[in-house]
Amino acid sequence: MLLAAVQLIAFLALPPLLVGVVQRVKALFAGRAGPPLLQPYWDLARLLRKGTVYSRTTTEVFRAGPAVGLAAVVAAGLLMSFGGSPAAVSFGGDFVLFAGLLGLARFATALAALDTGSSFEGMGAAREVSFASLAEPALLLCLVVTARATGALSLSQMLGESLGGAWRSDGPALLLTAAALFVVALAENARIPVDDPSTHLELTMIHEVMVLDHSGPDLAFILYGAALKLFLFGALVVRLALGFHFPGPWTAFAAFLAAMLGFAAAVGAVESTMARLRMSRVPQLLVGASVLSGFALVLLLR
Amino acid sequence: MARLADMVFILVVVLDLVLLASSRLKVAIRTVAGQGALLALLPVLLVTDEHDWGHVAALAAGALLVKGFAIPRMMLWAMREAAVSRELEPIVGFVPSMLLGAVGVLLSFVFAGALPLPGPEKHALLVPTALSTVWTGLLLVVSRRKAVAQVLGFLVLENGVFVFGVLISDFMPVMVEAGVLLDLFAAVFVMGIVIFHINREFSSLDTEKLSALKD
Repeated sequence: MLLAAVQLIAFLALPPLLVGVVQRVKALFAGRAGPPLLQPYWDLARLLRKGTVYSRTTTEVFRAGPAVGLAAVVAAGLLMSFGGSPAAVSFGGDFVLFAGLLGLARFATALAALDTGSSFEGMGAAREVSFASLAEPALLLCLVVTARATGALSLSQMLGESLGGAWRSDGPALLLTAAALFVVALAENARIPVDDPSTHLELTMIHEVMVLDHSGPDLAFILYGAALKLFLFGALVVRLALGFHFPGPWTAFAAFLAAMLGFAAAVGAVESTMARLRMSRVPQLLVGASVLSGFALVLLLR
Repeated sequence: MARLADMVFILVVVLDLVLLASSRLKVAIRTVAGQGALLALLPVLLVTDEHDWGHVAALAAGALLVKGFAIPRMMLWAMREAAVSRELEPIVGFVPSMLLGAVGVLLSFVFAGALPLPGPEKHALLVPTALSTVWTGLLLVVSRRKAVAQVLGFLVLENGVFVFGVLISDFMPVMVEAGVLLDLFAAVFVMGIVIFHINREFSSLDTEKLSALKD
């Protein structure tokens, strides 16, 4: 019980730190000192204290967007198992709900962007949704591979004890899945080979366009939601890549947190060493991730 | 040993898919080199007690030298000398060719079980890997426009044949294997010469231009 509470608190409190670590790694690669590790928290606090500005063209849909998006991601987090111990909520088939909730968050953000009536935001929403239509099959395929390997249907069991057994028999397939999932994580979180989270250059951005018209607490919700989403994907990738069994739940959780730091460092390293892909090459990357996870599924079904 | 062999087979198939998606010639050449070097590990990993170690080591070393170093070297050299552009321009786009490759991998895994083999099966993944690598090679030969890229496709095809060769290397005397490697070497050599001739005549390596008459 205590462990579950600690994990939930960690899920709600640590994601901005994860973003801070990514930024720090990028700064190290660029030879800068970089912002403090806790900077994302101060940013959120600053935004929460500010007022909001709403355009007269927008309706309730625009106002609901950030709240629905954040709520959906938090709900998805309740289904997620962090480091192999059972999640707060779990039932058979909840991994479909997990993917669905992430989809709902995106839907709310895209709808809010369309509601502004700006053609620019409409373009961003179109890009986001068209790339998401390639990223979501890859995510679902990865989850199906994990379900097949472990023989379980809920995220808690899929990422729990049975993963250790699956790792012994189907390690290579699970590693492939983790690699595919890492690509999906980069795409879903608007990270560099797909999108650049730090630029606001209109020709190249995908995700950032959609949030341009939000301000104050709304923007804070969106940034916090994005950090939570990165944490969720990180948890999936890390658990699949380090599937083996740890003695005791607390050591497992500590190892999980350390591995999350590694995940953040890996994301930062990818962002620093790779260039953004041309827009026309992004579908190729995502189809590649789907093909990889499909191959993993073939290996399991063989 | 079995787990390592698993990994090698899976990596070979993944490299097939990477090849179908790669748009840079240099990356593609390096990938083929990596695949060749991985294949050189196979005879060593699949060795059993009744094998002659000298034979196995010679096969592995030969494959590593020819597939991993000599041929990629030549390809890179040809690329530099003929001033081939770095970008590949495929006839079939990257996404469709990757999907075709994936379908081929799927089918080879499905059909591999149904194929009668001349001897006992050495590894469950051997036949599907060979089939999917051959399929990838065929796809590359057919769907790429540049002569250098087509040579690469041929090399991948040969890699697939090599995997099959590992399966039957028990009955295959050293001379036959050496012959295969030599054949390949000669073929790449001839193709290198052809590439230079195409380049000199047409000042381009686009094989589509060969269908136009020239006075």
